Amino acid sequence: MVSKEVVKHMAQLCKLEFSDEELDNFTEEFSKIVEYVAQLTEIDTEGVEPTYNISQKIQPLREDVIRESLSREEVLKNAPEEQYGYFKLPSVIE
Amino acid sequence: MDIISLTAIELKEKLKNREISAREIATAYLDRIKDKEPEINAFITVTEEEALKAADRVDEKIRNGEDLGLLAGIPIAVKDNISTKGIRTTCGSKMLENYIPPFEATVVEKIKEEDGIIVGKTNMDEFALGSSTETSYFGTTKNPHDTERVPGGSSGGSAAAVAAKEAPLSLGTDTGGSIRQPAAFCGVVGIKPTYGLISRYGVVPMANSLDQVGPFGRNVKDAALLLQAIAGHDERDSTSMDINIPDYINSLTGDVKGMKAAIPKEYLELEIDSNIKDSLLNAVNVLKDIGVEIEEVSLPNIKYALPDYYIISTSELSTNMSRYDGIRYGHRAESFVDIDDLIIKSRSEAFGREVKRRIMLGTYSLSKGHADEYYKKALKVRTLIKNDFDKAFTKYHIILGPTTPKLPFKIGEITDPVTMYKSDLFTVAVNLAGICALSMPCGSANGLPVGIQIMGDRFKEINILKAAYALEMSLGGEM
Repeated sequence: MVSKEVVKHMAQLCKLEFSDEELDNFTEEFSKIVEYVAQLTEIDTEGVEPTYNISQKIQPLREDVIRESLSREEVLKNAPEEQYGYFKLPSVIE
Repeated sequence: MDIISLTAIELKEKLKNREISAREIATAYLDRIKDKEPEINAFITVTEEEALKAADRVDEKIRNGEDLGLLAGIPIAVKDNISTKGIRTTCGSKMLENYIPPFEATVVEKIKEEDGIIVGKTNMDEFALGSSTETSYFGTTKNPHDTERVPGGSSGGSAAAVAAKEAPLSLGTDTGGSIRQPAAFCGVVGIKPTYGLISRYGVVPMANSLDQVGPFGRNVKDAALLLQAIAGHDERDSTSMDINIPDYINSLTGDVKGMKAAIPKEYLELEIDSNIKDSLLNAVNVLKDIGVEIEEVSLPNIKYALPDYYIISTSELSTNMSRYDGIRYGHRAESFVDIDDLIIKSRSEAFGREVKRRIMLGTYSLSKGHADEYYKKALKVRTLIKNDFDKAFTKYHIILGPTTPKLPFKIGEITDPVTMYKSDLFTVAVNLAGICALSMPCGSANGLPVGIQIMGDRFKEINILKAAYALEMSLGGEM
């Protein structure tokens, strides 16, 4: 069982917010999901190596060639707000 | 001529022989899309103008006697999590409702190089998280076989578009079954290629160690054609492998004598609709009749694949989703008090419930105090699952099983997340092991299609395609 406090803490880490009602609902669902995946803890994995990725061979490296990249205009095209060629944000430091 | 009923390969032939023009093909499909969309909702964006322009360029090539690409004049629908330069790419989310990629995914580049015609971007579960397309911000796609039912997901739009003949071919992505499950639900062929066969450059990542792009077609050869066109190494995706790609199409002879196949007994012990089991066993008998040797095999760890998948995929997902902050692109909340609030409000407003749920689960699995118990454990279980498959493939060419435990369900029928996750019971193990698999129709029950899953070893697409083609021929061709 996952507590409402833990779910609240997770939400904080995820930069998400929930209303109180949503939080209750979510805690219940979340507990069920965690309970379901927790069946893995029963499996004996003594001495087993983890698999992060199937292709664990050394990744091929390419030559570091200078190439044309996206223009500033293209990069900023999808920005919700921009000014003087930069992404615009509310002030971060008082 | 009934253009939309021709196979992709027939279209290409008729185009080459000048019996038909690329513009005629594109127009026939665009008309069909207009007809069917109010009922099916397979597309988020239809790119009529670009499609007609591309078709005209192919016709010009023909007039000039230039060589034609592998996909010349064939309309192709592309899942909306694959970047298309200058064309909105939403991932089925409010977050990216107005996002226009400034670059092209490699697979899209390849389609264009091979003279394929992109007709639009297809609907999907939000950020590919779901098994029904019900989580899309742009409404649910309907199953063309029964519009009260879901088409599966997350590539539900791509599967439904092909099933409703709105496009002869389409692209989807498959992280845990998102090509194969909708292929089974919509009665079409869907291929999840080996991890590393196809470039993921420009594909919006869900879980990087599991994601692959793959094709849908109404028949095996058509799907193999698109696979051929998009396969191969790409220096912009270091996980794509530099290997020789065999000629898939010309290897499909229908001869499967001496091929060895296995059925995992654990799959038959899991909860499965009896209609699906019957169709599967019937297909198995058909394969036996045409010379495939079939044995039962034990893959003891396969039963842990689903919880294993949900820990690994959500862990990778939660990291990926941190890029959506309302700053550089994507939705930004209108009112906020400071930078933190901007990020929190933007994310909370624009992500749907399932996206939030999975970000939370992933963060939980990776968090201090839980990472060893969940994430690390899951990676070790992944090794056990992979080893089971590796062992089986030393003896067998292919492994057979059902694609889904249930027939297509009704829209709104499943509300419990864990019940929904179980739609992927038979498909997720393939992604964990990085092997290839496809789903193809093998019968029907209550008027709904049933899919069989054929799995193959890493980079042995040729084996699953050969078996699928032979089975399709024996079952009487395209369904």
